[in-house]
Amino acid sequence: MGSVSTSATRLRDDLAAGRISSVEATRACLDRIHQVDGRVQAFLRVDAEGAMAAAADVDRRRSQGLPVGLLAGVPIALKDILCTRGQPTTCGSKMLERFVPPYDATVVRKLREADAVILGKVNLDEFAMGGSTENSAYFPTRNPWDLERVPGGSSGGSAACVAAEMAPWSIGTDTGGSIRQPAALCGITGLKPTYGRVSRFGLVAFASSLDQAGPMTHSAEDAALLLEAIAGHDPLDATSADVPAPRYTAELDKPLDGLRLGLVRDHYGAGLSSEVEAAVREAVRIFESLGARTVDISLPHSKYGIATYYVIAPCEASSNLARYDGVHFGYRTDEPSMLAELEAERRAALASSGDSARAEAAVAAIDSPLVRLYRRTRAEGFGPEVKRRVMLGTYALSAGYYDAYYLKALKVRRLIRNDYDAAFENVDLIIGPTTPAAAYRLGEKANDPLAMYLEDLYTVTANLAGVPGISIPCGSTAAGLPIGLQLQAPAFQESRLLRAAHRFQRVTDWHLRRPDLS
Amino acid sequence: MSDKVSNPTSTPTHTPASNAGSDAAGNSASNSASTAPYELVIGLEVHVQLATQSKLFCRCSTRFGAEPNTQTCPVCIGLPGALPVMNREAYQLALRTALALHCEIPAFTKWDRKNYYYPDLPKGYQISQFDLPMSRNGWLEIRDPKGEFAPKRVRITRAHLEEDAGKSMHDEVAGRADSRIDLNRTGTPLLEIVSEPDLRSPREAKAYLTELRLLLVYLGVSDCNMQEGSLRVDANVNLHIATPEGTIATPIVEVKNVNSFRAVERALAFEAERQYEAWLETGQRKGDVPKQTRGWDDQRQITYGQRHKEESSDYRYFPDPDLAPVTITVEQVERIRAGLGELPAATRTRLESDYQLPAYDADVIVNQESAFVAYYLAVADGCGDGKQAANWLTQEVLRLMNERNWTIGQFPVPASGLVELLAAVKSGKAPATRAKELFGAMVDGSLALDAAMERLGIAAVSSSEIESLCRQLLADNPRIVADVKSGKAQAAASLIGQAKKRNPNVNPNDVRATCLKLIEQM
Ligand SMILES: [Zn+2]
Repeated sequence: MGSVSTSATRLRDDLAAGRISSVEATRACLDRIHQVDGRVQAFLRVDAEGAMAAAADVDRRRSQGLPVGLLAGVPIALKDILCTRGQPTTCGSKMLERFVPPYDATVVRKLREADAVILGKVNLDEFAMGGSTENSAYFPTRNPWDLERVPGGSSGGSAACVAAEMAPWSIGTDTGGSIRQPAALCGITGLKPTYGRVSRFGLVAFASSLDQAGPMTHSAEDAALLLEAIAGHDPLDATSADVPAPRYTAELDKPLDGLRLGLVRDHYGAGLSSEVEAAVREAVRIFESLGARTVDISLPHSKYGIATYYVIAPCEASSNLARYDGVHFGYRTDEPSMLAELEAERRAALASSGDSARAEAAVAAIDSPLVRLYRRTRAEGFGPEVKRRVMLGTYALSAGYYDAYYLKALKVRRLIRNDYDAAFENVDLIIGPTTPAAAYRLGEKANDPLAMYLEDLYTVTANLAGVPGISIPCGSTAAGLPIGLQLQAPAFQESRLLRAAHRFQRVTDWHLRRPDLS
Repeated sequence: MSDKVSNPTSTPTHTPASNAGSDAAGNSASNSASTAPYELVIGLEVHVQLATQSKLFCRCSTRFGAEPNTQTCPVCIGLPGALPVMNREAYQLALRTALALHCEIPAFTKWDRKNYYYPDLPKGYQISQFDLPMSRNGWLEIRDPKGEFAPKRVRITRAHLEEDAGKSMHDEVAGRADSRIDLNRTGTPLLEIVSEPDLRSPREAKAYLTELRLLLVYLGVSDCNMQEGSLRVDANVNLHIATPEGTIATPIVEVKNVNSFRAVERALAFEAERQYEAWLETGQRKGDVPKQTRGWDDQRQITYGQRHKEESSDYRYFPDPDLAPVTITVEQVERIRAGLGELPAATRTRLESDYQLPAYDADVIVNQESAFVAYYLAVADGCGDGKQAANWLTQEVLRLMNERNWTIGQFPVPASGLVELLAAVKSGKAPATRAKELFGAMVDGSLALDAAMERLGIAAVSSSEIESLCRQLLADNPRIVADVKSGKAQAAASLIGQAKKRNPNVNPNDVRATCLKLIEQM
């Protein structure tokens, strides 16, 4: 059925004009999921019943001439880190396997108010920590362009379900590139808004000062529409910005005369694949042909971006994830076996120690049941990448290391922000690659976290500076894998980003290409 | 961030021995412990629950005594995705308190996370203030009206806001892990007020707490109910012992869970003796052992060593990224300062100077709630005699309030009623000898003066009534008339007894004067 492969904006217009019903569009998505998700594995849970009911409700109201919302009847998929009332929200973790939030995230509430039809929840790296979706506690998601390759991450499910046309669009979250990188690897458009532009309420925190939810779509036009629905101040989020959100769709076609594009010298160094570099240079040339001017700029501290990010994000994560301790909600270790384990240790300590004083000391060294509950719950409930980052963060915040790591990282973060401020004095947008290379093979970097972290080279600085960034398709490798182009703008200039991306997409067709999953 | 203190793990509490300032070195001659071979050094940390409608970072009610876990929401129980939003009211109350404690108010304050694991802490961290508290460097003056110690200013190191933890209903039982936890209290706003180690005796400590509580109640920032946990006291205490080699400081002990001011006094007295004996036995000095935490056992009247919380050594404080820093302007601070009203210390001074009250009476009156002071002022101004008003309040009114467990707000006779009574006595409308009886009737029946007089059968007797009564008396008692005429004026006394029998409301002085006048005319 054609409806899903068209843009979400077109679908919305078709729905409004009565050319298609929401039930038909939703059914088409569910059919497509049924058809291809066995191979792609983007969805953690499909809520067919809820989606069909919501679709029927929108159709009914529309047929009765009642008012409907901005996104009325358009299906959407949500990264499973956004809380959905009464529906499991796992964060891709065993820890929250059975967690059912009693509330909707503000983003979800806004989508429901706009009458979007929620298809289900899609896969991610556990607690959004990772860049390949291989860190999901459930299963890895595959790249629809090559099922042996990763879709990127952590919003891999969000990117793959759109690329594979199971949903016309989706919501992802971006802490260090987690929207833009999978968008690049899956050949779609992904926008990370300015920090504070979209409410974080109900977005399960990974790194609170960096997390932002945003649209993952086929086109900038769709991203503008979806951002319009979810952006805005939220009194429930003290870090949400009290800055009015413009009507992004209305500003899409405003002219971009004299656009100054900043080319970051530091981006074209070691590690950048020649295919990506060529595609990005071609994209720059296209912008120039559209009247843009390029300016060489430098972000001198961006080379410390990865190091800074991998201190700050784990520090915040170590604290944000402390609540998963088995006491109040979520996974808890099996208590009978835990108590049996403690009893066995006690007996062993008594048996192995000859004199009573030593035996007493050995017994005293055994965990209390409470401490063992914490240890076992967290050892069993978290995967290795989450543990690695919790340990990194705990270490960096510890006595004697705080100044050298956390405090230093905050200072560098300030310098990176200053770099952006200085750059934006001379340019309107910064242009460059989203990732150093196209999608890699599943398992290729699974045992090399550092190599994985370097994937974030071009994306983390936008999170550290709080500025918006968008990734749009701009080419293809010889192997047929998508390549992403990143544009970054000053804070709250999403409109400028979207206009530039839209302009590019009017003269190119990379965003219209689809993987063959037949 | 740059002014983060160098060691993020040291809790921002003082170290008594090193900080004892000369300006606060008490008058040891007046100390009850002055005969002891050591000086007791005490600093207090007081946690006050602020009287807000809702919690510090969510909209849940703070009401005490609800069914367990009924006053909770995703924010205060730390569900994934929930975010804190600061309650401005709590910050306002904290500002009022800090200003009344003469603290400096920084223009910028922020929130920090104090990370540790405990079942009553659902987020795994407490939102508190670490290196940039909302106030610092204040003082509170304490005095003893009985003069047992000289007046002194106790320095306040800092006062900062933080959220309360929940309540563990059961501590962990050995071999089992089935604690029950009530999270109603989780997220309730607390103001932690930390004093310098300026207190030198249990009595001074009690005076500090009494004065602090009075101030908090005057300000209306807390109900200070210790039974309900609205006011909690931890004491840091050690000894300075004079030896031939110089003064030695003993290890600092933190005494926790002290649930009344009297218990604080006793716990400190016990600690002083215990620490001295421990020093004699071990010779341990400050720095030889880590700071010890001891609890107070009210039954056995002793302190006891507490097990260390496993994870309490390193709290890994860092700025809470969910909350924006709070800024305040000088104008805003001054507006709050101007709205504080008269505070207890100023009221005492005013009662002594403007109403000529002795320090003791002023103290008794001011140490009641501020409504009692207002009652006093109304009576004193109404009757024009501050001392007389003080006598009535400190004797009759307070006695009745204590007997019947009333607040002044519940007292059935308004200040105007007492003023009316005092005026009636003065004018002779009511007999002075029956004034207390009359007041009792007004209180018991919630009666106005006239109704009470009627109830007791006290009617005002006019001078013509008195004159006709006296004429009858003289007619009936010719012998007495003769005695008086012969110069025995005191013989008239027996007429007064007879007059009271005929009309109990007559004023004896009036009867005497009228009789003498009539006899003279005869
Ligand atoms: Zn709450």
